[in-house]
Amino acid sequence: MDLSALNPVAIAVSLIVAATPLVFAAIGELVVEKSGVLNLGVEGMMIVGAIAGFAGANVTGSTTFGVLCALLAGAALSGVFAFMTQVLMSNQVATGLALTLFGLGLAAMLGQPYSGIPAPDFPRVWLPVLSDLPVVGRLLFSHDWLVYVSLLLAGTTAWVLTRTRAGLVLRAVGENHDAAHAIGYKVVLIRTGAILFGGACAGVGGAYLSLVASPLWVEGMTAGRGWIALAIVVFASWKPWRAVLGAYIFGGVTIAQLNLQALGVAIESQYLSMTPYLVTIVVLVIISADKRRARMNAPACLGRPFFAAG
Amino acid sequence: MLRLEPRKERSRAMALAAPLIAVALTMIFGMILFALLGKDPVRAIVTIFWEPLTNDFSRSELLVKGTPLVLIAVGLAMGFRAGIWNIGAEGQFIVGAIAGGAMGLAFYDVQGVWVLPLMCLAGAAAGAAWALIPAILKVKFNANEILVSLMLVYVAGLWLSALVTGPLRDPDGFNFPESRLFHDSATLPILLEGTRAHVGALAALAAVLIGWALMERHEYGFSLKLFGQAPRAARFAGFSQPRTVLLAMAVSGGLAGLAGTFEAAGPVGQLVPGLPAGYGFTAIIVAFLGRLHPAGILLAGLLMALTYIGGEGAQLAMQLPAAAISVFQGMLLFFLLGMDVFSRYRLVPTRGLRKGAA
Repeated sequence: MDLSALNPVAIAVSLIVAATPLVFAAIGELVVEKSGVLNLGVEGMMIVGAIAGFAGANVTGSTTFGVLCALLAGAALSGVFAFMTQVLMSNQVATGLALTLFGLGLAAMLGQPYSGIPAPDFPRVWLPVLSDLPVVGRLLFSHDWLVYVSLLLAGTTAWVLTRTRAGLVLRAVGENHDAAHAIGYKVVLIRTGAILFGGACAGVGGAYLSLVASPLWVEGMTAGRGWIALAIVVFASWKPWRAVLGAYIFGGVTIAQLNLQALGVAIESQYLSMTPYLVTIVVLVIISADKRRARMNAPACLGRPFFAAG
Repeated sequence: MLRLEPRKERSRAMALAAPLIAVALTMIFGMILFALLGKDPVRAIVTIFWEPLTNDFSRSELLVKGTPLVLIAVGLAMGFRAGIWNIGAEGQFIVGAIAGGAMGLAFYDVQGVWVLPLMCLAGAAAGAAWALIPAILKVKFNANEILVSLMLVYVAGLWLSALVTGPLRDPDGFNFPESRLFHDSATLPILLEGTRAHVGALAALAAVLIGWALMERHEYGFSLKLFGQAPRAARFAGFSQPRTVLLAMAVSGGLAGLAGTFEAAGPVGQLVPGLPAGYGFTAIIVAFLGRLHPAGILLAGLLMALTYIGGEGAQLAMQLPAAAISVFQGMLLFFLLGMDVFSRYRLVPTRGLRKGAA
């Protein structure tokens, strides 16, 4: 094994690329869950975002337009979930699964004409002097703009949730919807807003996969990342910065196993490819083992349907 | 304006009508979808829902595709009744195929009536063991069974791929990632001459009957329903939650594993990376569409099998994209879950007459 072939800066950059879609999806789902709703459709919304972003960018040649398409597509799909669970009060677990199954099928259908063609180049940030600095320039100042947006999103979410009235209301709805309703907050409306936000984030995360990370459209390309994002929310104990940390850890695991495969380690590549999924399980077990802490962190009304009686 | 008002009791009529209305709505919206794709909508619906019923071969294929769906869904429904969400049936199906298939390959060229039962046993045991991983992690460490069982789907798929490119690869297969073809003793007997319908269909039928007896006539079924509706009451009644979780997951995993073995030893005839066809996920739709009731699941499984076969027909005859059928199946689940609300609530005008009734 020749370790000198590894370039630490390149590895760090690829780690960030692997982590960013997870940051988007996990932050979105975190807000949804903070409002007391469990949306298991992240995988479906991500893949629909991936194809919508790819198609939008390819048709117009503008990656920015592609990202916008993905955002709207993710939000639209989550709108179906919002209508079903908030207006028709359907079972959230089953509806989320339906969303994933539907989204995977829809994306595969829409994506047929787009497989095998390249995505337009995604622009990178370039700052005079700063981006040209050795090492630091590549690590900090020359990513694509979505990387910075994802971190900004995490920061803003953390600030809104803990430091603003809007965040307090959202958390109140998630902790005790009956009390929030009694005070006069519109539980269904607030939750619908959170669900749409989550869908938009998942859509952008998907677009990042098809426009930046791959950059190609491949059927089923999310490969469980939506589910991993759900696990990251649990790992993060519903705290935005910890979700970013979780996403970067999973990005690191993905990149580590890819580099091991590239180095030609004498393990079949499939076993190495299993590691992100196995790590997810291990992390879930470690985080959930302390039942009391797990219960304290989770929003109390998570997954419970709300019906405004009277 | 209209609003929803809770019913005093769940409406049985509505609960039974919901799947039918959902199917009708899916057909209508499916026609819109097909029209958008530039296909003749009426012809598409006829091709998907009617043409498979018009010839003997397609009718027998209903059994081929319905068998895994019904087997898996009967098991899943038991867990769903108790609020235990085994979403990883696809992984248990794959591991069942691996274990059953590996057993068949281990006794390659050994003749004997005992080979198949041994393969089935191995497949069911492997599926149950795979499902017990999330079950034990849930009971012991409180880990979410939805996420763990789902992660294990990807692990199982990769494992199958590793095995057929490695130890289980056909030595005379020019390095193609596939196992040897199973020999006669390791292949399921065919039920109907000249078709692919195999004896697995009988096992699915047995699973429906046993599932019905368990759910409706046995204390175990009662405990499952009680945990689903009133977990505290179930604990007070002396039922053990860990035992319920472990058993429900093991049963559903075992059935999924058995279905996997059947698929390998039946229609596919060898282990290939493309063996998993999504039955484990579609079975979730089947379970809900069948109202989590074994008899309903039998009908729902046949209906879903119909859309698979009709979908293949529509691909050939009208160049309908393969994924259109997944969209169709996803829509069906949406409509079903949406219609369900009316078994618990009724629509009433916002203001006026019914003011006192709420």
